[in-house]
Amino acid sequence: MLLARILDEKFASLYRMGKIHGGVFIGRGQEALSVAIGLALRKGDVFAPLIRDTAGRLAFGEPVLDAVRTYLGSPLGPMRARDGNVHRGRPKDGLYVMISHLGAMIAVVNGALLAHRFKGIGGTVGVACIGDGATSTGAFHEALNQAAIEKLPLVLVVANNYYAYSTPNERQFACRSLTDRAIGYGAQGHSVDGTDLGACLKVIGEAVNLARGGAGPQLVVGRLLRLCGHGEHDDAGYVDPKLKASPVGRDCLKVAEEQLLGQSWANAETLATWRSEAAQKVEETVAKVQREPGPDPYKEDWCALASKHLAEGHHEAA
Amino acid sequence: MSITYLDAIREAQAKALADDPRVFIYGQDVGAFGGAFKATKNLAQQFPGRVIDAPISEDAMLGLAVGAAIEGMRPIIEIQFADFSTVGFNQIVNQAATLHWRTRVPCPITVRLPGGGTSGSGPFHSQSMEALYAHYPGLIVMTPATVEDAYSMLLEAVALDDPVIFCEHKYLYYHLKAEKLPTEAMPVGKARIARPGRDMTIVAYSAMVHEALEVAEELASERFEIEVVDLRSVKPLDTDTVMASVARTGRLLCVGEAFPWGGVTAEVIARVASEGFGLLDAPPQRLNAKDTPVPYHPNLWAAHRPTAHSIAAAARRLLHL
Repeated sequence: MLLARILDEKFASLYRMGKIHGGVFIGRGQEALSVAIGLALRKGDVFAPLIRDTAGRLAFGEPVLDAVRTYLGSPLGPMRARDGNVHRGRPKDGLYVMISHLGAMIAVVNGALLAHRFKGIGGTVGVACIGDGATSTGAFHEALNQAAIEKLPLVLVVANNYYAYSTPNERQFACRSLTDRAIGYGAQGHSVDGTDLGACLKVIGEAVNLARGGAGPQLVVGRLLRLCGHGEHDDAGYVDPKLKASPVGRDCLKVAEEQLLGQSWANAETLATWRSEAAQKVEETVAKVQREPGPDPYKEDWCALASKHLAEGHHEAA
Repeated sequence: MSITYLDAIREAQAKALADDPRVFIYGQDVGAFGGAFKATKNLAQQFPGRVIDAPISEDAMLGLAVGAAIEGMRPIIEIQFADFSTVGFNQIVNQAATLHWRTRVPCPITVRLPGGGTSGSGPFHSQSMEALYAHYPGLIVMTPATVEDAYSMLLEAVALDDPVIFCEHKYLYYHLKAEKLPTEAMPVGKARIARPGRDMTIVAYSAMVHEALEVAEELASERFEIEVVDLRSVKPLDTDTVMASVARTGRLLCVGEAFPWGGVTAEVIARVASEGFGLLDAPPQRLNAKDTPVPYHPNLWAAHRPTAHSIAAAARRLLHL
């Protein structure tokens, strides 16, 4: 969580310095829910994070180097500068690479889980992350229905941060609670205070265990506020100040630190050490990647096919 | 024994399932029912658990195929009618088509699209979707015109490491027959000279190949020798074979059943005009369906798409230019 916060803040700072091409999307305020996912998953599981899941990605095992190389457009990164920012992962390691179309990754995770069933690989779980906005898509509906029909071990985590970009919940859905949707699909629903790390670890952990044990798809809805804009270009001036002042507007990182101190699992000195270690790791990685050369268009093969022999020549003026 | 185009598609799927445990079929009504057109007849019984009925969710069907492919499977997705693939368009063009380029992980999925017009089918059960998918990088688009190609190209589609849009023509399902299934085949990406000639080239694909062959036969009685090129796959498009044919004949008519704006015929003509202008003795011509939705009534439908009659008229005009 702490590493994710510091890494995200570094990306935001690099963005403001003009060092990042394109947008920066950070998970400030959503780290507790996200990290709980990464911690609940094991090797062999499948994870399709969304844009605010730096914490979940790191906990699942994504190297800081992959994140930095993708944001800074290094050809040495997993996306080779062909795709950037939050569009990164290593599918063969179970970390799927999101496309921008919301809800589209859920069915992809279903496919992975069905493949595991075909191959006789038991006990694996797939998690797909979405926000409140994606629950309005046809893709969400189709995929959750599909997972329920096939009784797949899918855990669908909805980070309900009350705004899809600037659109508030009341313009997004009219049901009482998104958790209520689960029963309509034949899935099990869970809701959790997304600002409370302890609660997130418990509820996400239970949902993952249920799916792993064969109970079919689980829908987890976390209530929280993103403590930042949709992207770093956005000042989020549309967020209701009353919501910010309410418990849902708490900073989950501060809450987690208070919990650690309250339980005497860590003291202030330990927290300071963790913080400086995380900052050092991020600074060292950024410094390393900033020395790497950018992609060379002359070294690109400009071929989208795996079957290179079927690539068409260029039929346009050179 | 005679084998139809539809039988060939069924047999190719049976062989793919038998030869490769990574293959499975997913689509609406494909299981015990055997598919809306019976292209998967008895396959669910022959291959238990591997021919799966899908809900009416084209987006989720295609998304599932991509996830299964990432984990090493080789899914065949039957879209009941090509027209309905628009509901799953996003997963095809943004998810499947970009996966390998972005992540180096291949996406070996085959999407079967029963398309093209049949009498009485109307605007939403008749469309030809090849141009739409050929537009996107990362996809292979096959358009078999013969029983032999329906069989061998479908097997090749399953074996390829890329997403393949397999455009099978519903009109050919029962109309086209062959004596036996092929044991060898031309590779995908190579067009075929369906009939040699020296006076004019007609480039066609899918069901239009047969209309073009009928025209070639008709014009032979007027002592014209028409060369018919069957593209077989529209992406990759075998420009070399087309260009070599135009070099022999000097005249080009390109025929497609899809809507006229852009598309396969426009692409063929653009390539010949820009790369083989000097080979042409007359302006290259194209003939497509009309720029309206596909009409329901047979009288209107027959006038909407190119037929041997309208192709012959276009060919005669071009021969006298």
